[in-house]
Amino acid sequence: MDAVDDPNAKLTVRQATKIYRTASGDLVAIDRCNLDVRAREIVSIVGPSGCGKTTLLWSMSGLHGLTAGEVRLDGKPITGPNPEIGMVFQDANLLPWRNLDSNIAFPFEIKGGKPDRAWVDHLMHRVGLDGFGAKMPRELSGGMQQRAALVRALSFKPSVLLMDEPFGALDSFTREEMNRLVEEIWMETPTTIVLITHSIEEAVFLSDRVVVMSPRPGRVASIHPVPFPRPRSIEIMTTREVFDLMTTIKLEIVGERKSLSAPKPAAPPSAALDRAAS
Amino acid sequence: MSQSDTIPQFSKSKSGDGQSVDLTNLAAFSGGVGIKSAREVAAILLVAVLIVGGCELLLRIYAVPEYVMPLPSSIAVALVTEFHLIAPHLGYTLVELLSGFAIGAVVGLVMAAVVTQFPFVEKIVAPYILVLVTTPMLALVPLLILRFGFGYTPRIIAVALAAGPMVMINAATGFRRVDAGKIALARSYGASTLQIFWKIRAPMALPMILVGLMIGAIFGLLTAVGAEMVGGGFGLGNRLTSYSSMIQMPQFFAVVLLLSVLGILIYVIFFLIGKKWASWEA
Repeated sequence: MDAVDDPNAKLTVRQATKIYRTASGDLVAIDRCNLDVRAREIVSIVGPSGCGKTTLLWSMSGLHGLTAGEVRLDGKPITGPNPEIGMVFQDANLLPWRNLDSNIAFPFEIKGGKPDRAWVDHLMHRVGLDGFGAKMPRELSGGMQQRAALVRALSFKPSVLLMDEPFGALDSFTREEMNRLVEEIWMETPTTIVLITHSIEEAVFLSDRVVVMSPRPGRVASIHPVPFPRPRSIEIMTTREVFDLMTTIKLEIVGERKSLSAPKPAAPPSAALDRAAS
Repeated sequence: MSQSDTIPQFSKSKSGDGQSVDLTNLAAFSGGVGIKSAREVAAILLVAVLIVGGCELLLRIYAVPEYVMPLPSSIAVALVTEFHLIAPHLGYTLVELLSGFAIGAVVGLVMAAVVTQFPFVEKIVAPYILVLVTTPMLALVPLLILRFGFGYTPRIIAVALAAGPMVMINAATGFRRVDAGKIALARSYGASTLQIFWKIRAPMALPMILVGLMIGAIFGLLTAVGAEMVGGGFGLGNRLTSYSSMIQMPQFFAVVLLLSVLGILIYVIFFLIGKKWASWEA
């Protein structure tokens, strides 16, 4: 893919390579990945299991180093956990011995400083967790736990949100609800989001661009722009254009790069959207 | 940048090898004595009255001699009238138990916390800890008495040796329960190793630590009483041997009763602590 620096890039991944040393020899998890994520963009990374998605995201977060290549945030190389970056993990990852308020205060206990009470209250209200602060995680449903995790990640106002299959454990209705919530909150806050997901529908619904990674060693195989306006409605999500895009991505992931039997939409995306809107 | 060259893994189950063990042990906090209603309490008391009353009745009907089995009522009388004679010995036993347990628990906890940070060291140390856990420390008491005399010292050492390894082996299981996701969470905020220990590892280990402390305390009581039986002139264990040699059976059983109350007290204390601080797991 293009290795030319995008001047608007918030996150820049250049020639990122990560090799794990295992008992059975070296394992190349990602191999010379290049990606530019622009400010205020939502980018999803999809790909078969074990393609190095999580490795790539962890490298962006500074949670582990790269064997070669680099990740830059606002032009500065990432060399470790960065206060500008918030992470949302699989299964909410709340600390089960703390109530929600205490879980949300956890980043500040580590980083120091005090949470912005008004902002946290606003977020709690925004995700519908008003009055749940004293509840323990096990008292809440999976969806509510993940909302709390979202509040925790946004509590310190990171400019980049990295989400590692955040909604994989939720049922499909809760998942769609969470997707809408993320889109709404993203539209209200100046946040750049990189999302790993197994759901192509989720990727297409949320993203400005969908990145497809090849099987191990993980490389960026292709990048698909998703040119539909926001907020994205159910109507848009059921149009032929969206369906075709999802099918293209799915076929690419399963490795059948055959062209679709159905004809590609001749009209440009804007025309498709006009049709969807009417 | 930290160069952890391990593959990030998020599994729903916690990694580490304490998966089934901790659940069965933790049942002590959740299941066990789950007394809920006044009716259950009443039923339990009723059974106690029936057993004690039944014993009293049968022993009277068959005129069982006191040196074989004393009447429950005479045990109760002995407990009340001779309590002032037994009380100092209860005090000695408590001193041995508390100081021995405190030493053993602190050493056991520190060793567990340190050793689990170094898997290689843990592998080397594990068999020796196992030997300490499985060998009855009572066996060492005659030797300890030879070396340290008949005072508190040999008994406190024995209690510490009995409690410490129990605390350590359980606490180590707790500290080994590494949840990569939770540690990654703390690290994503820039947590130091020390912060990860206090904010993630220690709270995660707490339920198992409490189990270890409870078992350690009960083993400590066992060892304290046993060590008092071996020699020296004080402690509840000494009372047991002395009352039985004088065939003072009501007094003997009064001491036994005190010991079971002590054991139950240990259980209840840790049960309550566990309920307050470790119930998130159950």
